[in-house]
Amino acid sequence: MNWTRALRSWLQREIPMEDLLPDELPEFVRSYVYLFGVLTIASFVMLILSGIVLAVFGPQWWHVSPTGHFVNSVHFWSVQAFFFFMVLHLWAQFFMMAWRDGRGSNWVTGVLLFLSSIVAAFTGFLSQENLDSQWIALQGKDAFNALGVGSFFNLLDFGQMYGFHIFVMPLVIALLIGVHILLVRSKGVVPPYEERPKGARTR
Amino acid sequence: MMSERTRRLYEGYRTTSADLVKELVIACAAVFVLVLILAAAFSSPDPAPLTAKAWSTSHPVEMEQEGLMILNGQNDIASYGPPYDNQMQNAQTLGPIAPQVWAGVTIPIDAKKVFVLDPLRAMEPIDPSITPLLAAFESASPAQQAAWEKAYQGALTRARVVGGEVLTPNVDAGPVPGLLTAWLNLARTGSLEAVINESGRIYQTDFTRALLLLQGYPLQSVAANQALLGTQWGMMKEPGNWPGAVWLWFYTLLYQIPPYSTSPAGDLLVGITVGVGTLLFLLVPWIPGLRDIPRAIPIHRAIWRGVKRHGED
Repeated sequence: MNWTRALRSWLQREIPMEDLLPDELPEFVRSYVYLFGVLTIASFVMLILSGIVLAVFGPQWWHVSPTGHFVNSVHFWSVQAFFFFMVLHLWAQFFMMAWRDGRGSNWVTGVLLFLSSIVAAFTGFLSQENLDSQWIALQGKDAFNALGVGSFFNLLDFGQMYGFHIFVMPLVIALLIGVHILLVRSKGVVPPYEERPKGARTR
Repeated sequence: MMSERTRRLYEGYRTTSADLVKELVIACAAVFVLVLILAAAFSSPDPAPLTAKAWSTSHPVEMEQEGLMILNGQNDIASYGPPYDNQMQNAQTLGPIAPQVWAGVTIPIDAKKVFVLDPLRAMEPIDPSITPLLAAFESASPAQQAAWEKAYQGALTRARVVGGEVLTPNVDAGPVPGLLTAWLNLARTGSLEAVINESGRIYQTDFTRALLLLQGYPLQSVAANQALLGTQWGMMKEPGNWPGAVWLWFYTLLYQIPPYSTSPAGDLLVGITVGVGTLLFLLVPWIPGLRDIPRAIPIHRAIWRGVKRHGED
């Protein structure tokens, strides 16, 4: 068996280019609700861009440079925008029952994205090196210690938290966003509930 | 353009032209402008961390009391349990469920040695007057040490601060007052955390030990002033008026209500509850009742209002 050919055939079958980048969509996606997903991705792009600048100049920079502080503010408000749009997207998908017709994996990857984002934000707060991170680390450590994982995931270890924040979690989130989008494109946008005509086929 | 398979999927619905790439670029531009405006208008918080230097300067008596509590074992970390020490009776357990005990002591910290005695020993070459004090303290019996500590504890409750110096009534506390004065002076130089954290390696990114030093009363009182305590929804707040981690509302909510707020194993209870809640959240599509909530609250009708099928004008 040729693995390369098998992968190509699978991709062509499951996510043909015209489904991955469609220029025609059902009219029911015209609702503003569908914007929350793309706005979440746009906020993630801003988080990555501002995060790259903060990482390039190092974790001390924004404490001493007005420019650095402004970039940190952009990062801070991008986090707020990211969660704001993501939670709206999540509630919308919940009330649309977007897991219908074999789309359970879309929901699961979405929830995993939400949870990963919480870890990313949490490690971000811990990487600030200010009173906020000091307090959150010392408060939060009790829960992790009580669960027996406090030394594996040590909130007081700046190096570990910074590594999680600037590499591990962004990578996990980017991969999950990729899988989430591929699933949505592969399985199609969920049709309206109750409005679905008889005979419309879904997989 | 869409595949035949997808066309069948949307059978019965009108289709319309779309440009997802343009939509993403416009969304990025819109969010870019939005966060720039928010950043310029509201900035972001950066409160300075609490340091031993700041605390020992503003609260010298409390700093000495902290040192004394470390020496006599009453400090939070001195009696924490795993992962810092083997006082298993202080670990959080729920019947046979004891992950804190199972994990064991993985970050061993002998509080008395790490936070007070070793930093003083490191100061000996600079301040030789510490040597006889340390020798007297360490050669004394535990009972004698406890008697000195108790005597000085009483004296500190009547302490005054004059010109930055802690003045206490004369009591027979052996070398303890001298040791704690030296320790206070070391803290005031700003070097205490560095000495506590000293690992013999020039590169250091793990601040576990230094951060644990002030985690008790000093940091609690600073946090209480800013309404950041766990019982004040502190985990999801920022100091000041900035929005915090509001997405931690469920986790934070649990700390406000019994039994989580009253149980000695509150953190373990919260952890287990959040774990179960997360699992339910993940499995919503397969849980009857939970997955049917949207049918009872038909918000989807508003979302898809006006959607028409072929021949439905």
